[in-house]
Amino acid sequence: MPPPAVHAHALRKHYPGSTGPALGGFDLTVPPGTVHGLLGPNGAGKTTAVRILATLLRADSGHAEIDGIDVAARPGDVRRRIGLVGQNAAVDEVLDGQRNLVMFARLLHLSPPDARRRAAQLLERFDLTEAADRPVAGYSGGMRRRLDIAVAMILAPAVLFLDEPTTGLDPRGRAEVWSAVRALVAAGTTVLLTTQYLDEADQLAARISVLAAPRGGGGRVVAEGTPDELRARIGGDRIEVVVRRPDDLPAAAAAVSRVAGSDAEVDTDLRRVSAPVADRMAALGATLSALAEADVAAEDLAVRRPTLDEVFLHLTDRVEVDA
Amino acid sequence: MSTSTTTAPDAPPAPAAGSPLRWALADTATLTGRQLAHLRARPGELAGALGFPILLLLMFAFLLGGMMQAPGGDYRQALAPGLFTMTMLFGLSATMVGVLTDAQRGITDRFRSLPMSAGAVLAGRAVSDMVVSTFALAVLLGAALLIGWRPTAGPGSALAAVGLLLLLRFALLWVGIWLGLVVRGPGALTAVQTFEFPFAFLSGVFVAPATMPAGLGLLAEWNPLSSTAAAARELFGNPGWEGGSWVAQHALVMAVLWPVVIVAVFAPLAVRRYRRMSR
Repeated sequence: MPPPAVHAHALRKHYPGSTGPALGGFDLTVPPGTVHGLLGPNGAGKTTAVRILATLLRADSGHAEIDGIDVAARPGDVRRRIGLVGQNAAVDEVLDGQRNLVMFARLLHLSPPDARRRAAQLLERFDLTEAADRPVAGYSGGMRRRLDIAVAMILAPAVLFLDEPTTGLDPRGRAEVWSAVRALVAAGTTVLLTTQYLDEADQLAARISVLAAPRGGGGRVVAEGTPDELRARIGGDRIEVVVRRPDDLPAAAAAVSRVAGSDAEVDTDLRRVSAPVADRMAALGATLSALAEADVAAEDLAVRRPTLDEVFLHLTDRVEVDA
Repeated sequence: MSTSTTTAPDAPPAPAAGSPLRWALADTATLTGRQLAHLRARPGELAGALGFPILLLLMFAFLLGGMMQAPGGDYRQALAPGLFTMTMLFGLSATMVGVLTDAQRGITDRFRSLPMSAGAVLAGRAVSDMVVSTFALAVLLGAALLIGWRPTAGPGSALAAVGLLLLLRFALLWVGIWLGLVVRGPGALTAVQTFEFPFAFLSGVFVAPATMPAGLGLLAEWNPLSSTAAAARELFGNPGWEGGSWVAQHALVMAVLWPVVIVAVFAPLAVRRYRRMSR
């Protein structure tokens, strides 16, 4: 079996001069060819974790490997296997796209003809050929990010780190970056993506680690799994009924409680009744007929899964309470 | 076309083989090329950076010069080597801006995540800034000649003067790199730029330290800029200020010693700071 593309165990980091640790025992395993999302609020230690894995920062303790290679012992070998896209688009503003790629390809020790050829390939692949001879300063946020990712892909790294790749982008730039990342993943690149946007993790990542930093303690993974598994952790589907007239709320609550087999929650402001259900499709039919029997006029009826936002708040809140 | 065209169209090429030293030199050359490409892409910035010392030269020569009690009677002859020295000082903040900008934009981190030699990042900065400063000095020499400044001591001696000026620039380069790695944000940059001016005035760049109040005059005499300016005047064959103190008498020695001391202090500090970015 090949080694995991990324493996981290019990990483700890305390920045000199800061009050608490930034990472307090961080664990992560990413198999090759997958996209893993590192999700957490500001200050949870996402960037610290990525910087340790990318050899930019030394951990105080713990162990990390890229492709089976120890990041602390053999940083040079790790650097040949990674691509890093940090929070700032780390490309030269003054140079044009083509020159940026050729410069970084030369710094990766490609021969001049290889560097030029690779630059042309990547410009094409990231849809930047038309902008190749324009200074990066005039690029849109999405273009700049794509160039940034193209630079990180020069040597086709074993692992691509994307640290909040869409922070600060407009929706269009975001969509551009997402589609670029999807194309990379389709081609088999292992990606470790940090984000504070849940929809981004949901859209791109096969598995997600939720990072949280309890007060006084460093960031650590509080939950890990597929987006569906994480949703399942705070309970399954809920049925929701919004009634037209507030007067109907008690009748609707009775009908929904009967179907769900448990007391429904009533939100008077939103004129909404909700309850957890086991079988979503059966619950939908049964609720419809129960409402018709009770002569309740529903404005909206839906069975919905918890959003990742709810999962996220649930998980990170619990950590705050624990601490 | 070479061999790799036969592989799949999107296959990444393999890095070429080479000794670490060869790659360190190649990386330095690549990074120097980057800075020079900046100059080509934004000639306005260079023009601005050159325009300022030229403007100072004109202001001091034609607006203030009339009041100056210059040795030999022509203030321009003493002024020009002083302004060359001051231009070398301005290189400090230019270096600092470059280092700071790269750090803030994440470019330094990207360099550090590449399998390139760490020394090349600093060496690339050093070589390219020296190239730019040499060019700036050449332009300023030309401007000074145009307004009537005349070196009288022969080409070998003049070259030695240019060498001492660039040696000062090289020393201040390491101060600039160190500051660029230490400070955070544009506030510190403004502070350094603001400080450059009084630092130059508290020296023998524009006037004789003997004309200043005693304490300040002493400080001015020991300012490294004074030594380089005095040595440059001597080597260009221009009249200089009379100075009785030891440091003023030994301008040539001090113009070598000061930069060597500055490099000895700040180059290790800069390298250490760069290495410590991983803490």
